[in-house]
Amino acid sequence: MAIPLLIVGGRVIDPGQGIDKVGDLLIDGGSIARVGQGEEGQTPEQYQIFHAEGMIVCPGLIDLHCHLREPGFEEKETIATGTRAAARGGFTTVCCMANTNPPIDSRAAVEFIQKKAAAEGAVRVLPIGCITKGRKGQEMVEMGELAGAGVVALSDDGDPVGDSRLMRYVLEYSRSFDLIIIDHCEDVSLSQDGVMNEGWVSTKLGLRGIPAAAEEVMVARDIALAEMTGARVHIAHVSTAGSADLIRRAKDKGIPVTAEVTPHHLTLTEERVMGYGWDNKKPSSLSLIAYDTNAKVNPPLRTARDIQALIAALKEGVIDAIATDHAPHEDVEKICEFDIAAFGISGLETALGSLLTLVHSGEVDLPTLISKLTAEPAKILRKSEIGALKAGASGDVTIFDPEAEWIVEPSAFASKGKNTPLAGCLLKGKVMATICRGEIAHKEDAVKLETIGRQTRVRG
Amino acid sequence: MRTTKQKEEKAILAEPAPSLATGPSRRRHILDLDDFTREEIELVLETADAMREVFGREIKKVPTLRGKTVVTVFYEPSTRTRISFEQAAKSLSADVINLGASGSSTEKGESLIDTARTIQALGADAIVMRHYHAGAPYLIAQCVDISVINGGDGCHAHPTQGLLDLYTMKEHLGTMEGAKVVIIGDILHSRVARSNIWGLTKMGAEVVLCAPPTLVPVGLGPPAFPSVTMEPNLDRALEGADVIMPLRLQKERQKRGLLPSVREYIQFYQLDSRRLAMAEPDAFVLHPGPMNEGVEITPEVAHGAQSVIEEQVTNGVAVRMALLYLLVGGVQ
Repeated sequence: MAIPLLIVGGRVIDPGQGIDKVGDLLIDGGSIARVGQGEEGQTPEQYQIFHAEGMIVCPGLIDLHCHLREPGFEEKETIATGTRAAARGGFTTVCCMANTNPPIDSRAAVEFIQKKAAAEGAVRVLPIGCITKGRKGQEMVEMGELAGAGVVALSDDGDPVGDSRLMRYVLEYSRSFDLIIIDHCEDVSLSQDGVMNEGWVSTKLGLRGIPAAAEEVMVARDIALAEMTGARVHIAHVSTAGSADLIRRAKDKGIPVTAEVTPHHLTLTEERVMGYGWDNKKPSSLSLIAYDTNAKVNPPLRTARDIQALIAALKEGVIDAIATDHAPHEDVEKICEFDIAAFGISGLETALGSLLTLVHSGEVDLPTLISKLTAEPAKILRKSEIGALKAGASGDVTIFDPEAEWIVEPSAFASKGKNTPLAGCLLKGKVMATICRGEIAHKEDAVKLETIGRQTRVRG
Repeated sequence: MRTTKQKEEKAILAEPAPSLATGPSRRRHILDLDDFTREEIELVLETADAMREVFGREIKKVPTLRGKTVVTVFYEPSTRTRISFEQAAKSLSADVINLGASGSSTEKGESLIDTARTIQALGADAIVMRHYHAGAPYLIAQCVDISVINGGDGCHAHPTQGLLDLYTMKEHLGTMEGAKVVIIGDILHSRVARSNIWGLTKMGAEVVLCAPPTLVPVGLGPPAFPSVTMEPNLDRALEGADVIMPLRLQKERQKRGLLPSVREYIQFYQLDSRRLAMAEPDAFVLHPGPMNEGVEITPEVAHGAQSVIEEQVTNGVAVRMALLYLLVGGVQ
């Protein structure tokens, strides 16, 4: 067990507990020992001290939706590299999606991930199981078996359950085990072979579009089925203003639906595909870097109007959480023609930095942002031991400097996926240390820990 | 008159090509017309005038590009564009190598980037490429130092067609300023329509698109595309038209559910003599080819007095000579 860690002088923010004050935090024995100034004699004899002056100290971030690719696609990512990327991004818990090979549709597959994560993972990994066997959309998985093995949710991510009757049965059946059903909402007959948002940019580029309605049709269906069955439906990566409206109305009616949004859908527009820079300075014509495959993602990057609606929905609580949908790919799948490039953004390591642009611009306040990455996802997962800075909770803490500027350099990523549309962008806000279960999972080199107290313990 | 023109042509061809430029640097690629300035378009059209004079001679050859190599890489079938480029390059004395997707290493799984790099390493000075994926020429332009000319990419652009259409129109109208150009048909899948829209609006023309709404892409109008309007009724669209351009209707569009039938399309969107009479009396008809005579256009109109479809083909060689000369001719 690591020696106790005392984090001093940081602005401690835990929206779930209503905490926002400068103070100390003590982690001992893998758990949070206390928040705030300790009384005389409460400080352990020997501990490490972390000077967090000017930094934010918050619960370890929780990612409801990422792709660790193992087993089956180890060339894209492994549990080892993906969790290191998570730690660098400030995440102490990641829920990994089931679209591996073999997919996570059996106890054996769940246990494989748990074992690998225990042996090689830098942070906590919570597996998500499939909804249907083999993610084929035909027969539901043995939900009781998967729930017993420890999955936190079910999803056929990437492949929506197209058969509405099967989805109804899935939702009804899931109630026995109180499992969340996460749906990737896409009516594939509408999206067809689209590769980006349908709009003037797709028209200019001559690329096939994915209309907003392709997502909204399925969101509406899932809401109707959630209302009918009373099951817990979680809408993955909401990307359109229309979806946000549908979810708002569902929540107003008390339908048990929750939703997440990704950092890229909150900060980047479809113009990115034309190769526009982070500052969104629009050149009058296409440059050579148009058809930027690093901006190819599903659901696609939408419009500025969608971003405004998603930010509003996030602040209102219509959208509960922010999840990365970290989707690492090899270069060869991205450095090619746009039509045949893989969908996805490697997002774990840039999530916080890009989200902080919303704080710096005044669109979202910092406690709200942190809540969407900590207390809210913990609530969806119904896990009280994570996402909170309270005595007895897991020693999961993220420390970041909201003012530190850095340039996104994909080659420095811990993730195998270098596929980011933010390469070369200046981000303001950097994770300085990530502590998971009381252990330092990531620490910037500049951070120096000082050991206080006896250097050697007396034996015997 | 002829001698003056010859002198002009001699003057143009004797010197290094003037610079086609955007900003301070010399233009290296022709990818689409959206990044062309009006001055650049005018330079291409003026240069094409001189080239057409060469092409009209008995011995249609000048030594301008002797020692240069142009490689055409066509991943899609093409009659006029590929042959037009080959003819243009040969008239300038360049060596031409033609490569198709079948018979190349693409069949063995070679990536587009590797194919382009190989062509460069073999000593080519320019690659003319047609590809079924939109944006493919942009991808290779990032990877090679030689000129890339887009010979049509997916549903995105066909800039040399756009320029030859402009050349043909300008020759008949004198100026494009204020001209009304009606484009009819499958705009959704048409790279020609997109490039024409950029070229025409830059030159001051007004573009009216006429098609069933299922064949028009979203957002093709203001604010992203000012000076472009939609009019789904063909009779109304043709009122006051100076130029009419029906596009080829591929029969598979019906199978994909975009149209109820070709029969109904013909009824509402075919350009026939009766409809042609709705336009300005001296209006003329272009078609980028290949035509489906009897579908989007009747044979009478296609081969009638107001048709300039064959001129387009001839002008295409002159415009492509001009482009090759302007891109490759000035490089020492």
